[in-house]
Amino acid sequence: MRWIWIDRFKELIKGTSARAIKNVTLAEDHLHDHFPGFPVMPASLMLEGMAQTGGILLGDLHDFEHVVILAKVPKVTYHSWAVPGDTLVYDAKLLDERAEGGTVEVIASVGERLVAEAEIVFVHLDDKDPELGGIDQKNFVFSMNLMGVMEVGKAGAAAPETGQSGNA
Amino acid sequence: MATNEEILGKIQEILANALGVDDEEVTPSATLVGDLGAESIDFLDIVFNLEKEFDIKIKRGELFPENLAAEGDGLAVDGIVTEDGLTKLRERLPHADVDGFSEDPKVENIQDLFTIDMLVKFVAAKTSDTQ
Repeated sequence: MRWIWIDRFKELIKGTSARAIKNVTLAEDHLHDHFPGFPVMPASLMLEGMAQTGGILLGDLHDFEHVVILAKVPKVTYHSWAVPGDTLVYDAKLLDERAEGGTVEVIASVGERLVAEAEIVFVHLDDKDPELGGIDQKNFVFSMNLMGVMEVGKAGAAAPETGQSGNA
Repeated sequence: MATNEEILGKIQEILANALGVDDEEVTPSATLVGDLGAESIDFLDIVFNLEKEFDIKIKRGELFPENLAAEGDGLAVDGIVTEDGLTKLRERLPHADVDGFSEDPKVENIQDLFTIDMLVKFVAAKTSDTQ
C-alpha cells in the first residue's frame, strides 16, 4: 500500500491555505473490514490525509528544505463519516509558522456536509539533528512519492473541455 | 495591562488544552514536565498559544532554551550544575527560581525550573515590554 491519503492537490496559496481531495472507494481493502457491511473511511486515515495536506502547505513555505514531522494533534473532532463514492475535500489553513515548526487547521467535508476538523502541529527537524541520525532523504514527510499528488491531473488539464462532454 | 492573576487564568486555560490536564492542576508551583507531563513537542504548542493569546512574539529558545546543560557546555560537572552554570541559568531563565534550584542543583532537576509561575512572570514581562 502507498501511504498517500490524498488523491489530488487542488489549490495551494503559498503560506495561506491548501485544498486537496480524497475519493473514497470500495477498491480500498481496509474498507471491507472497517466495517463489514458498513464501509466508512477510518478516522485515522482521514487525519493522515488532513496532515498530508497541511504538511505540504507548511513544507512549501520553505520550499521543502525542512524535514517536516507531524508532532501533535491538539484538537480533532469527527462530525460524520465518509463512505465509498464520497469525495472528501481537505481545506487546510496555516495558523502559525516559525523556525521550529507550524500549526495548521484542516476541515474535511463532503459537499456541504462537515465531516471532521482538526488542528495539527508539525515540527521542523534539521538534518544535523542527532535524533534524526541516518535519515539521508531530503525530506521525510514528503518522501514515498507523496509529492506526486501535486502533479496529478496536470497532464489531462490541457485536454479541451469539449472533448470530455462529448463522451458523456 | 493584565495582572498576574489574569495571566495565570489564561495560562491555565492554554495548558489545560495543550496538555489535557484540569485547570486546577495548573497551579503556580506546578512544573511543566514533572507535574503536568509536558513533552518537548508540547513546548512548541505552548509557545504558539502564548503568542496568540497575549499577542507577543517569543524568539526561538527565549522561553524554553534548547539543550540546557548539554554535554560540553561547561554548565555542569558530574551531573551537578556549577556556580558558573547557575549564573548562566539565571541569565537564560531570568524568571525561573534558580535560587530554589541551587539547593539541589542536579542536571536532571533543571526541567523543574519550568513552572507555571515562571510562565506567568515571563508573559508579564513580555506584555509590559510591548505596552
